[in-house]
Amino acid sequence: MSPILFWIFAALMLGFGAATILHRNPVASALSLVVSFLGLAALFFSLDAYFIGVIQILVYAGAVMVLFLFIIMLLDLKAEQSRQISLPVLLGGAAVVGLFVTQIGLVVRNYPAGNQAFPALAAKFDDASNIGMTLFSHYNLPFQVVGVLILVASIGVVVLSQRELK
Amino acid sequence: MVTLNDYLLVSGLLFALGFAGVLLRRNIIIIFMALELMLNAANLSLVAFSRFNGTGGLPNYNGQMLVFFIITVAAAEVAVGLAIIVALYRARQTTNVDDLNALKF
Repeated sequence: MSPILFWIFAALMLGFGAATILHRNPVASALSLVVSFLGLAALFFSLDAYFIGVIQILVYAGAVMVLFLFIIMLLDLKAEQSRQISLPVLLGGAAVVGLFVTQIGLVVRNYPAGNQAFPALAAKFDDASNIGMTLFSHYNLPFQVVGVLILVASIGVVVLSQRELK
Repeated sequence: MVTLNDYLLVSGLLFALGFAGVLLRRNIIIIFMALELMLNAANLSLVAFSRFNGTGGLPNYNGQMLVFFIITVAAAEVAVGLAIIVALYRARQTTNVDDLNALKF
């Protein structure tokens, strides 16, 4: 992918990610998050991870965000009237985040191996088929465990959603 | 030329955004969305490393498998977390974490 496209999609992702945490209205936050996830999916495509990019759009931008919007509208949340941020929280948060960003920048700058070009890929390779083969051979047990996890989660959601917990 | 370091930097910035959201926002649903941002930042660096460590003309699929499982577990986590938020809202009629201080010492 050309560097221009990379930086456009990275800016899209970061800009709408910032909008997610800055908006007062939860619905606007959720919709910004959708656009941020679409930018992230484009970055996945730029890394030749086509299957993961499609899953990102289907599962995150589709299913998960519909769930978020549904809950926001079900609870009928209003936009916050004023910013309820105390000064110590703001300073502490800014300090921790600033330190983290500085550290990431230093680590990335002192990692010369990361400045090499990505290795060339084969002219034609079947991404979904390779992922399927890996998933059902090397990762068969984790795959089944995740299936049990989703079963437990869906039963748990039904139990939690009862009006009166027994 | 876009290199691994560019992807790692963007991923770190996205994680910082999510982190700031968790620390600064008081609405529990926004905090939950910021958690998703942090999970996705980790996914981005995993996919970048999977592409970077590719051999034989293929990316390293172990990294992409981990991303696949993270997405699956995150979807389950969102379902359970939102159910807990709905139950919380029924009990307290608020989503502001400052008002949910029954466990505070």
